[in-house]
Amino acid sequence: MRPFHYERAATPAAAVKMAGTTPMSPDQPSVATPVQYLAGGTNLLDMMKIDVMRPDRVVDINAIAETRHGGIEVSDDGMWLGALARMAEVAEHADVKHRFPVIAQSLTLAASQQLRNMASIGGNVLQRTRCPYYRDTSYAECNKRDPGSGCAALGGFNRMHAVLGTSKACIATYPGDFAQALIALDARVEITGAHGHRSMAFAELHRRPDDEPHMETRLAPGELITAFTIAALPWARRSKYLKIRDRESYEFALASAAVALDMDGDIVREARIALGGVATVPWRASAAEHEIQGKRLDERALAAAAEAAFADARVFEHNAFKIALGKRTLTRALRETAAMET
Amino acid sequence: MTSDVQLATRPADVSARDRVDAAKNLVVSFVLNGKPLSVAVAPTELLADTLREGLGLTGTKVACGTGDCGTCTAILDGEAVRSCLMLTAMVAGKTVETIEGLAGESDIHPIQQAFIDTGAVQCGYCTPGMILAAKALLDENPKPSADDIKEAISGNLCRCTGYTKIIEAIDKVANAVA
Ligand SMILES: Cc1cc2nc3c(=O)[nH]c(=O)nc-3n(C[C@H](O)[C@H](O)[C@H](O)COP(=O)(O)OP(=O)(O)OC[C@H]3O[C@@H](n4cnc5c(N)ncnc54)[C@H](O)[C@@H]3O)c2cc1C
Ligand code: SF4
Ligand code: FES
Ligand code: FES
Repeated sequence: MRPFHYERAATPAAAVKMAGTTPMSPDQPSVATPVQYLAGGTNLLDMMKIDVMRPDRVVDINAIAETRHGGIEVSDDGMWLGALARMAEVAEHADVKHRFPVIAQSLTLAASQQLRNMASIGGNVLQRTRCPYYRDTSYAECNKRDPGSGCAALGGFNRMHAVLGTSKACIATYPGDFAQALIALDARVEITGAHGHRSMAFAELHRRPDDEPHMETRLAPGELITAFTIAALPWARRSKYLKIRDRESYEFALASAAVALDMDGDIVREARIALGGVATVPWRASAAEHEIQGKRLDERALAAAAEAAFADARVFEHNAFKIALGKRTLTRALRETAAMET
Repeated sequence: MTSDVQLATRPADVSARDRVDAAKNLVVSFVLNGKPLSVAVAPTELLADTLREGLGLTGTKVACGTGDCGTCTAILDGEAVRSCLMLTAMVAGKTVETIEGLAGESDIHPIQQAFIDTGAVQCGYCTPGMILAAKALLDENPKPSADDIKEAISGNLCRCTGYTKIIEAIDKVANAVA
């Protein structure tokens, strides 16, 4: 690991102030941002050890966990999750499991107990792709790391890569699970930075690769995620995360679906669907939602939803299986969610 | 083994390792296996390296270094963590337990004994991490189900035993405690 300057911040304001003392260009690749916040470190330190990330300064924000921003607040209006809450804490929280099951499940099915004990939910949504070419600096071609250098995955081994939201410049899969759950529940993300606080729909946070895959999110350099908010929507309780992987535990998704349904008898009043493992960003499948809204969830509607979700899919040499797998994952998740007792 | 760990600074030979350490300009105080201590480390130093090289506690293993295998498991404030993906700086003010801290004055820990009795140790490389993952589980949940046990050790890879004996050993301790 290359040397860096280490500091600790105990409040969001202090962290942002510390980060702000280094001038940072908004156009440089996300991965090259010279100041990095350190939460659980399970992604940042990994990326630094493999030399893909080389920050000059690391601002340790773990002491912020002692403030409200390390906590979980559930009320009748919804839920507020501090960015420094650990994956394990959120996954094991009784109210989260009961009222927002998709959130708890997406976290329980991710990584391992040791990693969930360490990793924060703020760091989780910002974890980087597991594309092996991005993670190996001996490959010169990677537009996400080095804009304009090409994409080694296009002609390489791309079994794990995305089929939705890809571009000519990058086909890397967004690897996380929790982000899809946030999208299924219309979550918002709260952000603080040098210019004050703002919030945005969580679904807006990640940027599709298009022709700038090196710009991974809409956070400006030095901005800090402070919390996630979720309203107590009628579909929150009837929600589920289904994750399909190469082995049953401790693996990233090949395909996953976060589903939330508001049912009126056997008619779908409102639906939310987000897909993981198959797309470049946490993927809201709006077209699939339209197919089932106002309808009975019969085999025809399920098939139409699956068809719509993957209508724009584009496959590469080794990942064509992800369309069939993704469709089956979605239909099974919808069926099981509709059958939930709430 | 831990009783002779009282380092205020690290032995000089450690810095001979081939890496671009910045000055060891951080003093980190924490409680290790029940004893308070302070170490001087570079910001880049990982907890696994401080334990193994700075403090000579080589029961903590480093196999993958990327968070995948669990051989570097330590217990931090009661929870199992990966010491290969954690800076030593991050444990300031906290409590760390390693495999060396488990045995009492005269007896080894019941989990260690159960691993021996059950035949849950083959090459032994995964064993310290497995036992610590098991300890963190049993401290929090003394009567785990088979699924709880599997989940708790699912981040610890073993290439020898096929896991069955390990699960049996942990189950045995849980039942004996009752
Ligand atoms: C072996 C292994 C298996 C895994 N399997 C899965 C899996 O199945 N599913 C899954 O979802 N994840 C998985 N992960 C990823 C893991 O969940 C993430 O590494 C973790 O959630 C990151 O959180 P952290 O707190 O450790 O982040 P860090 O590593 O501390 O930070 C990650 C990035 O986010 C930035 N950051 C952190 N917090 C903030 C903040 N509040 N505001 C702004 N920037 C911030 C950091 O600067 C850094 O760039 C796995 C990881 C490993 C090592
Ligand atoms: S898929 Fe994206 S991250 Fe992977 S090599 Fe291509 S440009 Fe880089
Ligand atoms: S060495 Fe830490 S998880 Fe493998
Ligand atoms: S006993 Fe050899 S790896 Fe587990």
